[in-house]
Amino acid sequence: MNKTIKVGISDLNIARSPDVLVTFALGSCVGICLYDQTTKIAGLSHIMLPTSEQGKNDRPYCYADKALEILVQRMVAAGASRRRLTAKIAGGARMFSNFKGGNLSNIGQRNVAAVKAELGRLGIPIIADDTGKDYGRTVYFNAENGQMLVKSANRGEWVF
Amino acid sequence: MALQSYDDMNDLHMDALREIGNIGSGNAASALADMLATPVNISVPAVRIMEFTEVIEALGGPEEMIVGILLNLEGDIEGMIMFLLHQNFANELLKNLLGVDDALGEMGEMGYSALQEIGNIMAASYVNAIAAMTGLNINISVPSLSVDMLGAILSVPAIYYANISDKMIFIEDEFSNETLTAPNHEPCLMIPDVISLKKIMTNLGLEA
Repeated sequence: MNKTIKVGISDLNIARSPDVLVTFALGSCVGICLYDQTTKIAGLSHIMLPTSEQGKNDRPYCYADKALEILVQRMVAAGASRRRLTAKIAGGARMFSNFKGGNLSNIGQRNVAAVKAELGRLGIPIIADDTGKDYGRTVYFNAENGQMLVKSANRGEWVF
Repeated sequence: MALQSYDDMNDLHMDALREIGNIGSGNAASALADMLATPVNISVPAVRIMEFTEVIEALGGPEEMIVGILLNLEGDIEGMIMFLLHQNFANELLKNLLGVDDALGEMGEMGYSALQEIGNIMAASYVNAIAAMTGLNINISVPSLSVDMLGAILSVPAIYYANISDKMIFIEDEFSNETLTAPNHEPCLMIPDVISLKKIMTNLGLEA
């Protein structure tokens, strides 16, 4: 029997085959799925903001530039190899297309850019990318095979 | 004690918010009645300070389908106001207004425009209540609409305020009349930043 492990907003977790990680209703947030094919260890992070510079530092899982390093450490501690990790990312939508909210209007895009920069810094290749556009996404990440299933409310679903 | 976060709100502050909620909801009910050309009743709204995660649970979970109408507050007050309509209530409103079943599904842009207009009128109802009580000058932006999962829609204000607060003012209205039969506890989220909240309270004589 496999378990489904929920990852909340500004949260992260890891799973081993055959368990599945899930995070619900990503809007402008980004879900990052990391996977080690050999040990079948999976990690999922749900970040809300690009960088922790101006913000409070008490919730590192909230920020792209903090959370991913922590997720990698957790996976390595569980037996994954840092150099085998690959990434699949989803989310970063612009939910309200004509909304003018200062620097909020492109926050999804900024989140995606920060995630890509951080993955680059960590040397983790991005092998699937379903980001941007204007709708919400629920992401299931299967530790058995590293598949990322993206479900939208009314646009369909896709496997990466 | 100075008002520095949503956590510092005392009973007097909450009473003031309830009064804003009462007047705003009353204005909103009469605006809706005008649009629908039929009387609309409204219960005394429940006004609460809630965290984003609590709002998501209260409204049926992150994947619940919802119509979100978002407006920016500008002028003396900075923040957002967001209306959340359950899909079936939105459809009933449109049916009354435009005479079409499943208007959200079938009408696309026209249904969306009608709902944006409803959001505009409702937002003005609440904003006028605050302006009248406080003498503050508040403008609202053009409404923006999204029909999607609740969690995804709420991520927008949640992100915007992540570095400030994870709380917001939750005003739950119950609208009813003869033709609206769907569940109709429709929340309005008011999310002024803390400085604006303090301005409101100061102008009401509740803060130094």
